[in-house]
Amino acid sequence: MNRIDQLFRRKNNRILSVYMTAGYPRIGDTVEIIKALESSGVDMIEIGIPFSDPLADGEVIQKSSQQALENGMSLKLLFSQLKGIRSFVNTPLVLMGYLNPVLAYGFRKFIEDAVRVGIDGLILPDLPLEIYRESFREDLEDSGMKYIMLITPQTSENRIREIVGNSGGFLYMVADSATTGARNEITGAQVEYFRRVGAMKLHIPRLIGFGISNAETFNRASSFANGAIIGSAFISALGDEKKQPIADKVEEFVASIIQHP
Amino acid sequence: MNKTSYNVDKKGFYGPYGGAYIPEMLYPNIKELEEKYLGIIESESFRTEFHYLLRDYVGRPTPLYFAKRLSDRYGSNIFLKREDLNHTGAHKINNTVGQIILARHLGKHRIIAETGAGQHGVATATVCARAGLNCIVYMGALDVERQAPNVRKMQMLGAEVIPVHSGNKTLKDATNQAIRDWINNPVDTHYIIGSVVGPHPYPDMVTRFQSVISEEMKVQLTEKTGRDYPDVIMACVGGGSNAAGAYYHYLHNEQVRLLSVEAAGKGVDSGESAATSTLGSDGIIHGSRTLLMQDVDGQITEPYSISAGLDYPGVGPIHAWLKMSGRAEIINVTDDEALHAAYLLSKLEGIIPALETAHAVAALDHVKPDPEQNIVINLSGRGDKDMEAYTENLPNKI
Ligand SMILES: Cc1ncc(COP(=O)(O)O)c(C=O)c1O
Repeated sequence: MNRIDQLFRRKNNRILSVYMTAGYPRIGDTVEIIKALESSGVDMIEIGIPFSDPLADGEVIQKSSQQALENGMSLKLLFSQLKGIRSFVNTPLVLMGYLNPVLAYGFRKFIEDAVRVGIDGLILPDLPLEIYRESFREDLEDSGMKYIMLITPQTSENRIREIVGNSGGFLYMVADSATTGARNEITGAQVEYFRRVGAMKLHIPRLIGFGISNAETFNRASSFANGAIIGSAFISALGDEKKQPIADKVEEFVASIIQHP
Repeated sequence: MNKTSYNVDKKGFYGPYGGAYIPEMLYPNIKELEEKYLGIIESESFRTEFHYLLRDYVGRPTPLYFAKRLSDRYGSNIFLKREDLNHTGAHKINNTVGQIILARHLGKHRIIAETGAGQHGVATATVCARAGLNCIVYMGALDVERQAPNVRKMQMLGAEVIPVHSGNKTLKDATNQAIRDWINNPVDTHYIIGSVVGPHPYPDMVTRFQSVISEEMKVQLTEKTGRDYPDVIMACVGGGSNAAGAYYHYLHNEQVRLLSVEAAGKGVDSGESAATSTLGSDGIIHGSRTLLMQDVDGQITEPYSISAGLDYPGVGPIHAWLKMSGRAEIINVTDDEALHAAYLLSKLEGIIPALETAHAVAALDHVKPDPEQNIVINLSGRGDKDMEAYTENLPNKI
C-alpha cells in the first residue's frame, strides 16, 4: 500500500508534514535533512523541486529555491541523491514543484524515476485540475503515486468535491489566500473556513499548510484537520547563521513544534 | 480540410499554446474573468464607453502616415501606424482603457500591474487616476533605473511603484510579483496585465482591446491605397500586444505577410539576447504554455535587451502559434541595429521612436522591400522615455 495511505490509517491526528527545498542550504544536505526529519518524528516529508519563478511562494522559499539552483540542484541530481533512500527511510515522501521543470524532464520519465526512488505523492501547484484530468491523470494513477491537490478559502464546495474526486493521499488546505510564508496566528475567518470544509465530511484526510510556523499554529491547525504542513519556518531555521550540524538544526526545529499539545 | 485558426479556442488555447496553468489560489479570479469577459466587452454599454474614451481621451484614430523619405530610402511604400501619438505615448493605453472599464464592471477597487519599459505602468496609472482607483505597479529594480522618467510619471499620477529585486530585476520578475500580489488579494483586486501573456483569458482579452489598431488600418489603407490590406505588417514583439493588435484583422488573410521583430540584444547567439521565438522552447511561463527561454532543466533563463519592453523570456501564446504554424516570420534585431534605426527615423521623418519600436524599424534592413509593396510598420511608441539611452549611445559611438 502507498505509504501516505498507510500513514493516515495508522495515525489520524497531529500529522506533521515538513517542506524542504532540495539542495538547500547546501547541495549535499538533501538526504541528511530527510534522515534527520524522520528521526525527529516528522510524519511526512515534502521535497521541493527548486524553480526559477515560483509564483505561489513567498520570499523565504523564493530565496531557498534560488540558492538551491545556484548550488546546482536539478531534477536529475535530485533523483540521483534519492536513489537508495528507501533502504533507510520509511517516511512518506512527496515531491512538490512547478510544472515547467517537470515537463522539461519529461512527464513520463519523471513519474518513472520518482516511483523508482520511492516517492509516494506529487504536488504540482500550477497544474490545474482541468488540465491534469485531461492530460496527466492516467499516467499518474498507473504509477501508484498519489496526486495531491490544493484548495483555498475561495474554493467553492462543488469544486472541493471535484478536486477530492480527482486526487488522492490527502487534501492540501491552503490556510489563507496567500503565497507561502510564516505567520504567527490563525484568524477567525480562517477558522470559519477550516470548520466549513471539516463539515463537508470528505472521505480524504486534510492537512493545513501555508503560514503554519510554530507549536501554537501547528496545534491550532491540527485541531481542525488531521494535521498541518510547515514550510517557510523550517527553511528559515535551516538558513540561520548558527554554526551547528544540519541534523541538529532539524531536530531542534521539530522538537519546538511537537512539544506537548 | 479545416483552415488553421489563429484565434483562441473554447478552452483558451491557440493550437497547443495558451491555457491557464495557474495555482488553485488564482482559480476563482481567472474563472470569473473567463466567464464574464466576453459578455462585458461585447455589451453595448462597454463598447460605447470604450470607443468614446479611445476617441476623446486617447486621441484615436491614430494616423496612418505615409513615410515618404523612409520609403524612398528602402524603395517601397512604407506606412507608419502612429500608436506613438496616443495619450501616454504608446499602444499600451488601448488595453488599459479597456481593462479599467472591465474592472469596474467586475466591482474591483484595487488595480495592480507589472511594467517593463514603464509604458504599461504609466498607461495603467493614467486610467486609474481617471477612475479614482488605487494603483500599484510592480517594476524590476533595474527597469526603475533605466526608465526613470516613467517612474516619475507614474508617481505623479498617484500610483505606487514597487521595485522588484528578485531574479534579473526586470519584466519577468515584476510579473511574478504582480501575480503574487493577486494571490494575496484575490477579492478586491484586478490585475491589468500589460501584454498578450498570462493565463487565458488575458491573451485573448488584451488582443481584442489592441485590435482597434488593425480595425483602423483597414479603413485607412482603403483610403490611401484602395485596398483594405497591406502586403506586409511589421511589429516588435515583447509579449506581443502591439503586434497582435496590428495583425488581428489580417490573421486569416494570408495575402498579408506578418513579420514579428524580436530583440536579439547583443546577438542571437551572444548569450545576451531576448530573441524568444528563436532561442525558446515549449514550456510554461506566467500561467501560459508558450515558447520561452529556458535551460535544459526547465529553469527560465534571464533575457537581455537594451529595450526594457522587449526584455522578456516568453511570448504571448498567439505568437508561439503564429510562428509554429508558419503564419508569421521572425526577425531578430540587435541593440545596435535598433539604435541606428532610431536615429534614422528621427533624421528622415522627424519621429523619435521608442527603443522597442526602433527594433521594428530596423527590421526593414532584413527584408527585401519591393517597390510595388505596401508595408505597415506599427509604430508602437515614442522615444521620450529613452532619451538617456539615445544620448549615451550616439550613432558615432555604436
Ligand atoms: C513602445 C512599446 N512598444 C512595444 C512594447 C512591447 O510590448 P508588446 O510586445 O506587448 O507590444 C512596449 C512594452 O513596454 C512598449 O513600451
